[in-house]
Amino acid sequence: MDGGTFSSRTFSRRWVLGAGATTLLTTGLTACGSGEGSGGGGGTITAMVYGDDAVKVQTAAVDRFNKSAASKSAKGKVKLEKVPGSDYSAKLRTAMGSPSAPDVFFNWGGGSIKAYQEAKQLVDLTDTIEGDPVLKGGFLPSVLAAGGLGGRNYGIPMRGMQPVILFYNKSVFAEHKLQPPTTWAELQDINAKLKAAKITPFALGGADTWTELMWLEYLVDRIGGPEVFAKIQGGDATAWGDPAVLKAAETVKELIDDGAFGSKFSSVSYVNGGAPAVFAKGKAAMHLMGSWEYSTQLGKFPSFAKNNLGWCAFPTVEGGTGDIRNVVGNPTNYWSVNSRTQNKDAAIAFLKDCASEAYAKALVANGDIPTTANAAKLLEASPNPEFAKFQYEMVEKAPAFTLSWDQALGADIATPMLTEINKLFVGKSSPSDFVSALKELN
Amino acid sequence: MPGVLFFAFFAVVPMGLAFYLSFTSWDGLGDPRPVGLDNWRKLIDDDRMVQSLWLTVLLTAASWVFQTVIALLLGVWAAGRQRNRAVLSAIFFVPFLLSSTAIALLFYALLDPNFGIIRENILGSSSGAFLAIVFIGGWQFIPFHTLIYQGGARQIPEVLYQAAAIDGAGRYRQFFSITLPQLRHTVTTSTVLLVVGSLTYFETVLILTKGGPGTDTAILPYLMYEAGFKSYDFGYASAIASFLVVAATGLSLILVRLTGFGSMRSTREGM
Repeated sequence: MDGGTFSSRTFSRRWVLGAGATTLLTTGLTACGSGEGSGGGGGTITAMVYGDDAVKVQTAAVDRFNKSAASKSAKGKVKLEKVPGSDYSAKLRTAMGSPSAPDVFFNWGGGSIKAYQEAKQLVDLTDTIEGDPVLKGGFLPSVLAAGGLGGRNYGIPMRGMQPVILFYNKSVFAEHKLQPPTTWAELQDINAKLKAAKITPFALGGADTWTELMWLEYLVDRIGGPEVFAKIQGGDATAWGDPAVLKAAETVKELIDDGAFGSKFSSVSYVNGGAPAVFAKGKAAMHLMGSWEYSTQLGKFPSFAKNNLGWCAFPTVEGGTGDIRNVVGNPTNYWSVNSRTQNKDAAIAFLKDCASEAYAKALVANGDIPTTANAAKLLEASPNPEFAKFQYEMVEKAPAFTLSWDQALGADIATPMLTEINKLFVGKSSPSDFVSALKELN
Repeated sequence: MPGVLFFAFFAVVPMGLAFYLSFTSWDGLGDPRPVGLDNWRKLIDDDRMVQSLWLTVLLTAASWVFQTVIALLLGVWAAGRQRNRAVLSAIFFVPFLLSSTAIALLFYALLDPNFGIIRENILGSSSGAFLAIVFIGGWQFIPFHTLIYQGGARQIPEVLYQAAAIDGAGRYRQFFSITLPQLRHTVTTSTVLLVVGSLTYFETVLILTKGGPGTDTAILPYLMYEAGFKSYDFGYASAIASFLVVAATGLSLILVRLTGFGSMRSTREGM
């Protein structure tokens, strides 16, 4: 530890406790940051980011910023700290409780930053955005709002949009003369035809519970509208008792009993490429997944991604009130600023770069769809303009964009919720058990 | 003395801190808030804790049967001085040298329903996932226990077997009347290690099943991890951790006491 920015608070009680908490694990999970304090030499600030393929856009942005006039006038450079995906949230939490906390960090907005906001660790960016035309007019308003809490802004959009989309295998659909479903009745009809042809209707990587979550998110929206989850997100646990939640859980059970996901879905993983492979090889005809499915397929099965990957909105449910244009998923990811940063000017100046055209172009070149207000005209340059425009319009025209439940709720509620969802999918709890268990979460 | 200092700094102090945290509510940010016995009450009331405790006991019992039987037989066999046995024992010992994480990832790939060797729904079914964890634990640790039994079996004086042979005892009779009784303290040692090991068995569960399907393989160490690093409820996680420390220490003491402190002394009195 070089002390760095927070040298005034070297070995506080909190730090010692943090060290104690990290030793909870006897398994060598390293939960400590890199130990690089920020702000050491010449006001350098650290930015902690989720280290996946898309990180090259942030790397380029940091290089660009460090050479810019904005960096000079704020007397600060940015150093990027990449954290491998699956450990990101736990590592961020540990770092934020320690003296080596990052000045700027990647997050999912909503519930993912609630604990930091409650601990007064976030810079409220509302006034900064209001007073800056670049930031205020630079992003889609709904996306900017989703990065906040209680009507205040705490995040600046910094990645592509990630709506959940119903993908389908065009060659399988053509072979069996099927059309993408727009209603639940059509979907059931398609399922029946596919099963007769010995094809699993949907790929599902049920070993990763968040893939199962997507089904409930859309079903609850289509049956009861976005208001149902909005109430839950607002802290009303009784809203889990809304009939739409039970109906959605019953629908899930029907799908499973009906073999819509095949018989082995609970062993199949998304992360290791299992579910995408089943889908690309035509063993499953459809796949409900975040928009990153396109890049995943492009990496693993390029010819499938280019020629046979189709996409459509999640169908409506008869008798349901949800609009087919409503979207669930992650609007995007955000940069938030640590309130203990020593160089807030540099941090804000760096955040402004995310609204620049150069940044948006880099996202587009990587196959991502920026959430900037003027992104539409850049999409021609995307590797797949057709898919890019579909996504952008889907988000732009969405009456409601519900943030993924596990990111919208705090971790203390999201973790048991995911457990209950998994129990529902593997048949360990009935739809009514599921609802009662969720009502207990608060 | 340096040993004591190391142990104090790297084991006793963190344990003390975890114990302190178990009486607080802390999400990893800001200062822990004292909440008295809340976490401990939650520990007693938590349905998942009951299931987890039961799973942990079941896993320990299943692992003990699986590992002890095989390791004891292999250990006695490997105690022989023949060259081929030495070579085979060396090969056999390899799994123990691999890291748990690597082993778990290897089996995760082997059990994948689409690309694996066994294309069944194993990790997605409760009994399948549980048995897979018992099997993988055995595959990894049987060599270690074999080594202990090999050492134990080599300590048995040859004269006992010679005397038995003169009395007309066959191989089976010799095994049950000499080898097993002479190895009882080795069994104690191996059992203590195995029980404590089961109480801290974690990586395999994390990588293979994440406690699933549902909560059917969420043994205590995994529950602790989930409370701490998924729910960020470090107070509750610390209560589970403290409980684990007490349980492991208690069990070890009980095991040693049941089998007599004499097991720490030589069994070869009068020789």
